[in-house]
Amino acid sequence: MMANKNKPKNDVFIIGVGMTPVGEHWDRSLRELALEAMTTAREETGAMRPEAVYVANMLAPALSRQSHLGALLADFSGMRGIEAVTIEAAGASGGMALRQAYLALASGMVNTALVVGVEKITERVTAEVEAALITSSDADYESIHGLTQTALAAMLMRRYEFEFNVPEYAFAGFSITAHANGAKNPKAMFRRPIKLETYQRAAILSDPINMFDAAPMADGAAAIFLARGDVLPSNPPFPPVRIDASATAVSAVAVHDRPNPLSFAAAEKAARIAFDRAKINQDQIDFFELHDRYSIFAALSLEAAGFAAPGEGWKLAESGAIALNGQIPICTFGGSKARGDTGGATGVYQAVEAALQLQGRASEIQVADARIGLIQSLGGIGSTATTHILSTVETL
Amino acid sequence: MEITSHWRIKKQRYALVGEVCPHCAAKIFPPRDICPECGDEAKDHYQFSGRGEVYSYTTLYNAPAGYEEQAPYTVAMVQLEEGPLVTAQLTDIDVNEPEVGMPVEMVTRKLGSEGDRGILIYGYKFRPVLETA
Repeated sequence: MMANKNKPKNDVFIIGVGMTPVGEHWDRSLRELALEAMTTAREETGAMRPEAVYVANMLAPALSRQSHLGALLADFSGMRGIEAVTIEAAGASGGMALRQAYLALASGMVNTALVVGVEKITERVTAEVEAALITSSDADYESIHGLTQTALAAMLMRRYEFEFNVPEYAFAGFSITAHANGAKNPKAMFRRPIKLETYQRAAILSDPINMFDAAPMADGAAAIFLARGDVLPSNPPFPPVRIDASATAVSAVAVHDRPNPLSFAAAEKAARIAFDRAKINQDQIDFFELHDRYSIFAALSLEAAGFAAPGEGWKLAESGAIALNGQIPICTFGGSKARGDTGGATGVYQAVEAALQLQGRASEIQVADARIGLIQSLGGIGSTATTHILSTVETL
Repeated sequence: MEITSHWRIKKQRYALVGEVCPHCAAKIFPPRDICPECGDEAKDHYQFSGRGEVYSYTTLYNAPAGYEEQAPYTVAMVQLEEGPLVTAQLTDIDVNEPEVGMPVEMVTRKLGSEGDRGILIYGYKFRPVLETA
């Protein structure tokens, strides 16, 4: 049985998770994808009914002409009458929805919540998806000039290479590691490992970003069921995962408005707050689910979270430190690069994957003795960052 | 149609009019009314020279909807000589020509249009500095 001292009533736990495969789900709608993830997460709790639903999504209004997902999905999943709302923070929507649910539960106003991230990307052709994605940047001063998110990331990558004098193919390790992990994740969009030569031969999307530096955008839904310590089920089928810290911060939306574009200031701030709140340091983190929409984001995220000095994040890829058996494994289920980037749902996928690692349910991609995990989602070009630290609770 | 949203910032688009902070003298572009350096109110207009150098750049082949006809095109972040960075397209330039640190100057060009019968949107782009003979 659980000792009371180990489950303070104000602590917030993940007690159920679910996710659909990421990919081109031509035959399935936004609501059907969401329902599958919500149902799986609820089934893991013994079909508990949450008091509130937090939906993470960024693109449904633009790509599916559908807003108001809180009501839509609560209704479609048979939960009319409960509290439900959509949380939007661009690519960080998933992390932000988790944050809002955490606040509600920690405050004691809500006892149980279901967080569901869903995105339906493939309703539209690439140019329209690009136009929808760039709405998370500055419309008057970035997007109007024909920018894309990939172009903004490419400019960061070029400047990074210039300032820190990094060698050619320095970022290859991020893509190779992601694909090695994704190959063993049954939910991943891409399930084949790649070689260095594959990366080197890849077509350029927006120089210096090549096809393997950029994550594919695809459809998917993921869900987590959260409960306060005082309403935990007594004999859960899977060990609850505790949220030890939740933090978020923003920086300028426009990249050109930042004092140092090569520093993800929001991510740095959110990570620092999270480490302080959990009272741990980087050495105690067993794995890091970062938001690798572009390989340059992986380098900048590692630097922002304190795992590498500015200009040296790429070295962790080159040395193998980010591999499953390395010093700081990242993107253990393939990350956005290989699992696929589901826009505003990404942060929820990260939380599901982290929970599976901490519960020892990651099978072939299990990080040995994973006890503390860090997850970080980014909105726009790192304008919003959400950081959570999750852990197993040994004595439960 | 978004006529007002373009009309509203015509001084910025046509003449790089930003602000200068009356408290700490920081030059600000785009204008934002609150100085990012000192946090005080900054509403004094300041016209930038339009000269600067390329901070970074890239060429787009996969343009967003509305820009497909322009592709490929090169975009840059330009560090203005007064300090701020500004994002814009490079023009009058070959794909292989730009480099970090290249001196550039502002010119006014067509940025796009809102469909076949829509308004034309003009604004700043940057080109390599033309040498005077």
